[in-house]
Amino acid sequence: MGGNNSDTMSLNLKVWRQKNNKDKGSMIDYKLDGVSPDMSFLEMMDTLNNKLIKEQGDSIAFDHDCREGICGMCSMMINGQAHGPEAETTTCQLHMRKFKDGDTIVVEPWRAKAFPVLKDLMVDRGAFDNIMAAGGFVNVNTGNPQDANSILIGQENAELAMDAAACIGCGACVASCKNASAMLFVSAKISQLALLPQGEVESLARTQAMVAKMDELGFGNCTNEAECEAQCPKGIKIENIARMNREWFKGALTSRK
Amino acid sequence: MSSKGSCSLHSSIGKKQVMGVSGLLLCGFLLTHMLGNFTMFIGADAFNKYSHTLTSNPLIYLAEAGLAALFLCHIFMAIKLILENKAARPVSYHMRETSGRGSTFASSTMPYTGSIALIFLIIHILGLKFGTQYTIIINGVEMRDIYKTTIEYFRDSLHVLGYIVAVVSLGIHVSHGFWSAFQSLGFNHPKYIGKIQLLSKLFGIVVAVGFSSFPIFCYLQGGK
Ligand code: SF4
Ligand code: FES
Repeated sequence: MGGNNSDTMSLNLKVWRQKNNKDKGSMIDYKLDGVSPDMSFLEMMDTLNNKLIKEQGDSIAFDHDCREGICGMCSMMINGQAHGPEAETTTCQLHMRKFKDGDTIVVEPWRAKAFPVLKDLMVDRGAFDNIMAAGGFVNVNTGNPQDANSILIGQENAELAMDAAACIGCGACVASCKNASAMLFVSAKISQLALLPQGEVESLARTQAMVAKMDELGFGNCTNEAECEAQCPKGIKIENIARMNREWFKGALTSRK
Repeated sequence: MSSKGSCSLHSSIGKKQVMGVSGLLLCGFLLTHMLGNFTMFIGADAFNKYSHTLTSNPLIYLAEAGLAALFLCHIFMAIKLILENKAARPVSYHMRETSGRGSTFASSTMPYTGSIALIFLIIHILGLKFGTQYTIIINGVEMRDIYKTTIEYFRDSLHVLGYIVAVVSLGIHVSHGFWSAFQSLGFNHPKYIGKIQLLSKLFGIVVAVGFSSFPIFCYLQGGK
């Protein structure tokens, strides 16, 4: 972290504070000086927390883990956009140089019925795990693995599956969707498996099961706004949602259950 | 992995596919309605004869019932979706911005443009279909002079303005709805999605401009 004092910024932060799941919560104003443009957004939050601990002994709770854009934990709504204004960037990869001295920055948790706030900016994204448990896997028999080269996979499908697999389960799609729909996440998981021979076998039943679970958990309905695609830090395309719609329709027509 | 045998229409995807199919069929209706109305530019007789041919066919009741069912289905589903989507985010954001890379004016105003179109639809049916009844005899056949009713109706500049506001809303509505239906039904491929989206915008413009031309034409006629 370089720079001298003259490079640092003073910020006005409005942060959502909520003691626990039962608390009503509110936006609280903070002033933070000495923010280096080289800091990541999370480092800025750390600096604020250090200050708060010194002054009041209480810090703002937020999720984070890898801090390198791969774990999907750092969920924050920054100035009304999931992970802030930069395209294909997680909060931990967002740098303070994207902001100006004197800026007011509004920081809120993901808002969705299916993602209840646990404390401050931390939400429970267990709903995603429940959707995965409903079918986001491939059933395999135990025993010796067969020779990997015996299953042919077309290059194009391998690429598309890999693109879908880039989803880090961060929930920005739900947070940024005006309907709090989880379709981008679910479609990425469904596509990743449906495009490969190992996963394709169970694709129709998987899609039915995962979509049913998604609905049951209280996510909203997609209206094809594509705001999820725009705010997804991994650039997951709504083409995946179209694939899920096809798989679902095929399943609805042919399922014997 | 087990799928419960619940009705597909309760599924979020089933619902959006119902919206898509009913919406596309309604787009078809819009187009034929507009093409039919163009007969008004040929003349009063052409318009009256077109209207008579349409309404004197006994199958019209079946077609009207089908159309009403489509509308009701589209509207009922829309209300259900709006309510469910509201419930999916019980606490709203203090601040919410769109990225400018995803949602558009048309996509984010669907409930509003749809509602304006619906209110207009009711006024439109009351004012024209159930409007003043005149009769006229063309080639010895007595028929309704719907041309006269229409011209009279649009003598009122408020009616003209209301109609234009409504069809522009409708144009905006279908400019998102048309391509959106394809996406819901699973048609999205880089090969053609750009063309469908372009067609969708063009269709929106055709609906807004095409339908606006009728009240303007009538208003200009009515002055005579
Ligand atoms: S689709 Fe994108 S926004 Fe949604 S969970 Fe996956 S990575 Fe996050
Ligand atoms: S902390 Fe892991 S993606 Fe941001």
